[in-house]
Amino acid sequence: MEFKDYYEIMGIKRDASQGEIKRAYRKLARKYHPDVSKESEAEDRFKEVGEAYEVLKDPEKRTAYDQLGSNWQQGQDFQPPPGWQDGFEFSGGGYTEANSANFSDFFEDLFGRAGGAGFQQGPQPGFQLKGEDHHAKVGVSLEDAFHGAERAITLKMPEVDATGHLVTRDRKLNVKIPKGVTQGQRIRLRGQGGPGTGDAPAGDLYLEIDLLPHSIYTVDGRDVYVDLPITPWEAALGEKISIPTLGGKVEMKIPAGSQSGSKLRLKGRGIPGKRKGDQFVVLKIQAPEAKTEEQKKLYRRMQEEMNFNPRSRLGV
Amino acid sequence: MSRHSTHIEIIDEYFEFTLADLCQCCTVQAETIIDMVEEGMLTPLGKSPSDWRFTGTAQRQVEITLHLQRDLRVNLPGAALALELMEEIDRLRSQIQIKG
Repeated sequence: MEFKDYYEIMGIKRDASQGEIKRAYRKLARKYHPDVSKESEAEDRFKEVGEAYEVLKDPEKRTAYDQLGSNWQQGQDFQPPPGWQDGFEFSGGGYTEANSANFSDFFEDLFGRAGGAGFQQGPQPGFQLKGEDHHAKVGVSLEDAFHGAERAITLKMPEVDATGHLVTRDRKLNVKIPKGVTQGQRIRLRGQGGPGTGDAPAGDLYLEIDLLPHSIYTVDGRDVYVDLPITPWEAALGEKISIPTLGGKVEMKIPAGSQSGSKLRLKGRGIPGKRKGDQFVVLKIQAPEAKTEEQKKLYRRMQEEMNFNPRSRLGV
Repeated sequence: MSRHSTHIEIIDEYFEFTLADLCQCCTVQAETIIDMVEEGMLTPLGKSPSDWRFTGTAQRQVEITLHLQRDLRVNLPGAALALELMEEIDRLRSQIQIKG
């Protein structure tokens, strides 16, 4: 078991006042709140900060934690010394609104589990309660969002074992990802959540779609964007060229006189759905390098012939 | 254990929740949803609570609101403002990504 340095996690000194602890927690809770934060690993950090605050805000738990000494390092292998909690009465109680099911083994070994023994007693006869809904994220490629796919996913399911301890069990599911899913969208699998109590039905499983970054496409809702490099002569003269789309290559006419940044629409070529998305092609003109003397001559000729100043709007 | 899932529903802008469905899947009392409607955070179709039809996106909005209230002690108008700002940030992020 790894030692948790709750002071380091909260970025405070060991002699911080209760007021400083509260302020540090509130600031970090806002920073790492999983619904708000885009920081990587925000959810893990949020849980870790919640656990640290659970201990440090409670003078009794904090005193007990402090008596372990200040020589322990974050992540160091740790076992609580025998009889270390003699004289304290926090075990199994005194928890606040924080979700203690997410606390680490380190916390549980030191302070016990929330709720007390009565919490995990078996159901009363005739008692019925629908099972808990479960939530998980599933990474989906843009191709799979477009075509639909079948995916094998492994979920970590919390369960109470015969001795009343919370354990996690791997559960494998084959899930059909319907075509036309978009970023952040949810799919519901009825009856695939936690088991119900008594004769009540099982809860549902919600999977949130997380579209994986793509090497050439970006997505906004159901619309797909692709940057298309074109030559100056294709832009100036117009040309029919081949465009990649999620459904395969299509031919598209680049109008004469196109400029870099011009956006062309391929209607209905985005992510499918009741409202089909479009694909937008953003033109990027690329000028070839003049390597040979002949090529340089060609550019000089253009300079003479075109009489073109792209900076005229800037007054220079 | 591996098994096939047959009942798959996409919870999107075309999905419809009644007030009772939304309460059940978010594990909240109807009063909580009614307060959010009155705050302008949810805009169901239908005239009275018994006719209300919410889109699939309402579920996520209710859950975020509950989390913000529980974890950050935000009140309902504060959560409404946070949701609007988060939506705006998401929109701007998409634009930045597209402009690359």
